[in-house]
Amino acid sequence: MVTVILLAPLVGALICGFFWRLIGERTGQIVSAALLFLAAGLSWYVFLTFDGVTQHIELLRWIESGSLSTDWGIRLDRLTAIMLVVVNTVSALVHLYSFGYIAHDENWGHDEPYRARFFAYLSFFTFAMLALITSDNLVQMFFGWEGVGVASYLLIGFYYRKPTANAAAIKAFVVNRVGDFGFALGIFGLFYLTDSIKFDDVFAATPALATTNLHFLWADWNAANLIGVLLFIGACGKSAQLFLHTWLPDAMEGPTPVSALIHAATMVTAGVFLVCRMSPLFEFAPEAKAFIVVIGASTAFFAATVGLVQNDIKRVIAYSTCSQLGYMFVAAGSGVYGAAMFHLFTHAFFKAMLFLGAGSVITAMHHEQDMRNYGGLRKKVPFTFAMMMIGTLAITGVGIPFSGEWFGTPIGFAGFLSKDAIIESAFAGGSMYAFTLLVVAACFTSFYSWRLIFMTFYGPEKGDHHAHEHAHESPLSMTIPLAVLALGAVFAGMVWFNDFFGNHETMAHFFSLPHEGGHAMGAIFMGPDNHVLELAHESPVWVSLAPFIAMLLGFAVAYLFYIRNPKLPAQLAEQQAPLYRFLLNKWYFDELYDVIFVRSAKALGALLWKRGDGDIIDGSLNGIAMGIVPFFTRLAGRAQSGYIFTYAFAMVLGIVGLITWMSIAGGTH
Amino acid sequence: MIGLQHYLVVAAALFVIGIFGIFLNRKNVIVILMSIELMLLAVNLNFVAFSSQAGDLVGQVFSLLILTVAAAEAAIGLAILVVFFRNRGSIDVEDANVMKG
Repeated sequence: MVTVILLAPLVGALICGFFWRLIGERTGQIVSAALLFLAAGLSWYVFLTFDGVTQHIELLRWIESGSLSTDWGIRLDRLTAIMLVVVNTVSALVHLYSFGYIAHDENWGHDEPYRARFFAYLSFFTFAMLALITSDNLVQMFFGWEGVGVASYLLIGFYYRKPTANAAAIKAFVVNRVGDFGFALGIFGLFYLTDSIKFDDVFAATPALATTNLHFLWADWNAANLIGVLLFIGACGKSAQLFLHTWLPDAMEGPTPVSALIHAATMVTAGVFLVCRMSPLFEFAPEAKAFIVVIGASTAFFAATVGLVQNDIKRVIAYSTCSQLGYMFVAAGSGVYGAAMFHLFTHAFFKAMLFLGAGSVITAMHHEQDMRNYGGLRKKVPFTFAMMMIGTLAITGVGIPFSGEWFGTPIGFAGFLSKDAIIESAFAGGSMYAFTLLVVAACFTSFYSWRLIFMTFYGPEKGDHHAHEHAHESPLSMTIPLAVLALGAVFAGMVWFNDFFGNHETMAHFFSLPHEGGHAMGAIFMGPDNHVLELAHESPVWVSLAPFIAMLLGFAVAYLFYIRNPKLPAQLAEQQAPLYRFLLNKWYFDELYDVIFVRSAKALGALLWKRGDGDIIDGSLNGIAMGIVPFFTRLAGRAQSGYIFTYAFAMVLGIVGLITWMSIAGGTH
Repeated sequence: MIGLQHYLVVAAALFVIGIFGIFLNRKNVIVILMSIELMLLAVNLNFVAFSSQAGDLVGQVFSLLILTVAAAEAAIGLAILVVFFRNRGSIDVEDANVMKG
């Protein structure tokens, strides 16, 4: 059954991508979407009936070389089951949504075929993502990892006539390569040390890795920590963590369904998935985990601050994604992989919904993306408004604090449960730095999310009157996915809270945790010394309350700024002009990278091109061909006098030379 | 007593004269032909000298063969010379430089 789930999107992509001319664009779209819905249905079946025992399904022998033996296989455990549900559900809904969203795209002419291509890319992306999450070894995972990179590149640059879209696609690809380099080094390191890239072999060898030292660059490192950090660098690239995050906001150049699918729900969470998948390694790599916590918390804070002042509706959500990914990494780094997966799971629902809602608003407003030109839309697009509201309630973490003690599971929207779980884990993990930043980021999250709602749906109508008059609710194919995701955003947290995080016994059963010590063959592994989960359950009252208060604070400030007194933000921006500009320009990361990497790379390229290639290589070739060779030919030509005696003289000289050599040196002997 | 050495010295002298006759001569192609004959004779002299020294008649047989070939060669050379003169109106070595590069 998992094989069908894995291959259905591939079949859909191939049919839709190569045969749409035969069967028609519309049929191609329907085929790929139908196969995705099939995969999604089967994924839910697998998820709900999964018994916790890891299964290995071998599909074909893939690479055989020396001691490297790689199968194309499927590893079905709880992590895979969770990701299957997330990927296929969101992907199927995005396919459905895209029917409406790209029906009349103004970037293309009337008779230009582009819809089948779009659907083929989407299905191909889904296949690559499934290959990533179902893989049983690191090389297949890397295949999927690069496959989603390619799909992401193709989809960001889908509007290939727009130079900005092409630039964004290239940027995403290049920045991801930096991370992939780390990931590849990590894989090499693991193969070098354990002589296998199969997960089971690697996991069995991790305790030994913790006591091994490995020479890398200029020093000896602890092998587990080194490989942990290298793998995390890979995760950083894919999941847009600090220093490698710059591609994610630019990736919003792609169509909105793409942003929802790839840059919110699935691909960007691959890094979190990787860290959780490699939990048996990270449990033996305390420094690497500490590093993850620091980077994750910094990203959560950084992205939230930038999100505060952005005006493009999609960019706000993009920075929000970046920030939420930071949360997940903090949880994973603290050793509470369940909480990380929990947030990944709930985040997929509400963030995909926010993106699709934003897409609905953008369609309604004739592709206007600047929130300063919105306002008062709640009457024009009431359904989208309701859905965005649910998404915002979910992401900001609205719920009833301490209700868990009365009902067995806390009552609240999905984000309330998962985000609080992460903040408690961060506190229990002992990093006050991470805890503080996460709580502050929670406040910011609440502020920018409500700011988005208030600027878009409340207040007076701003911007183009024409657009406002023609604003209309989206077609059914776009609203149904929103409604389905809304169900997830509301209930996903409450239904699965105990399985992912809340209750140690149900969680141990859910993830097949080993009970006491020993080594994990379950989905995730938490070392015998890892008591962060227990500590998180016993967090002090103020810790549990902190994110809730931060959320209320953010809401209050947003309400004050954008409903009560809409002049305040401008005044504040003027008062704190340097800070405002700093945030608006995203901490000048792009400018910094432009100076450090882009310009220097271009200068180096120009140097190699003009000096190295032009002067040295072309110069030497031209010099030989046009200077030295003609010189010698003229010389040789002059030697041909045409007189017989000259040739005779040369012969005699030759004979004299040969005889002299013979008699003095004895020839060749 | 005249020994092998004397014969060889004379032969070498004749040979060198022949060589210099070829490439010091700038005037006449006939001189070149004569120089070639001179060199062939020098070689013949060597053959005969060594033959008598070694008591082996093969060398003398060879010298007869060379004389025959030299006669034929002289005939062909003179024939070419005649044709050359008819075509160019001159047998000066200086003028025979069609192959100049």
